[in-house]
Amino acid sequence: MTAVIEVQNLTKHYKDTNALDNVTLSIEGGAIYGLLGRNGAGKTTLMSILTAQNFATSGDVRVFGEHPYENSRVLSRMCFVRESQKYPDDATPRHAFKAASLFFTNWDQALADRLIDDFQLPMKQTIKKLSRGQLSAVGVIIGLASRAELTFFDEPYLGLDAVARQIFYDRLIEDYAEHPRTIILSSHLIDEVSNLIERVIVIDNGKILVNEETDAMRDRAVTVVGDAAKVDAWASGREVLHREELGRVASITVLGHLSADERAGVAASGLDLAPVSLQQLIVRLTQKASADSAAPTHESQEVR
Amino acid sequence: MIEEGKALFIQIAEQIEDQILDGSLEEESKAPSTNELAAFYRINPATAAKGVAMLTDKGVLYKQRGIGMFVATGARQTLLTERRSAFADRYIDPLLTEARTLGLGTDDLTALLRERATAAASITASSAESEGKPA
Repeated sequence: MTAVIEVQNLTKHYKDTNALDNVTLSIEGGAIYGLLGRNGAGKTTLMSILTAQNFATSGDVRVFGEHPYENSRVLSRMCFVRESQKYPDDATPRHAFKAASLFFTNWDQALADRLIDDFQLPMKQTIKKLSRGQLSAVGVIIGLASRAELTFFDEPYLGLDAVARQIFYDRLIEDYAEHPRTIILSSHLIDEVSNLIERVIVIDNGKILVNEETDAMRDRAVTVVGDAAKVDAWASGREVLHREELGRVASITVLGHLSADERAGVAASGLDLAPVSLQQLIVRLTQKASADSAAPTHESQEVR
Repeated sequence: MIEEGKALFIQIAEQIEDQILDGSLEEESKAPSTNELAAFYRINPATAAKGVAMLTDKGVLYKQRGIGMFVATGARQTLLTERRSAFADRYIDPLLTEARTLGLGTDDLTALLRERATAAASITASSAESEGKPA
């Protein structure tokens, strides 16, 4: 069984920054992946290198088992919807879709037409004159209708309002259900995509911080709230991600799955358990990672 | 409808169980497909499939090749037994904890329970004719 994407010791230097720092990653495929991380974490750089739109400083990248560079066998099977996709000055959406339909062998014109309707996209205006949201819609339509075996969406929702984003999510789920493929969705809106993604990849400071099933992530942390002294006593010896205090009440988020017995124990001692959303968890993990790397003992960038 | 901090596939399984328990999904009737569940709850189809698999493992749903998933005969009884045994843990224990905090004794609680049950029964009786069943 070969993974759709294999990345070995990938490093990308820009002048004085390390956009990707010795990344090793394997993506099996056949699922919707969330590629999450802060601005400048390295998400776009990673996707650009995977789609041969950028060069690695060092390391090895394989997509469908081959090097993607100038490799039409690989390139024709993937679609990269860039956040800042450039189009020719006089191109209209119609031109962009025509070009996409020629390039992508699985292109579904009926789906494209339906999406054009959904997003009420003006087809005869030049892309240059479209609003930011309409520009994003062009990318989303190409990304979905191309039905490429491997599709990257890089922050596809910029300028899209809540209704349009919901249309995107709904159509993505519908079409993916009928035509399973590999989709990599890069997003800041973690709460919005958390139910869509099967696996979470968190990238921070050019390193992979998390690569795990979304469901497994969900009960990886818990927040305990109650009397500060009791909460602190309970949390001692555990890996604390975050602590807040309000008067005599403290709220501590700790890493680790709680067994039913442990949960009962927490309740019995008069403390409250609160779930941690995927977004909170990722924010806390990212903060912890940067705190750890700032501290002299940066032993534990491993977060399992 | 979907809450945080609980595995999604378990929530999906529980939603289907609820429908079987309240009778909106009858035994030997067709259960929603993985793709229908994914679209309705706006979740990943693989997650929906995991929830469905959990119910087939339990014998609540069964698969008819090429047709889809169906509710097994006896599924409702299985679920009732399971839920009843979990009832005390899930509802009574937290109730007692909160009651203790408020200084309510067992007698107060019993009286309160009777009072509310009577009130609820009369509301259900009066709205029974007008209330339509959820589809």
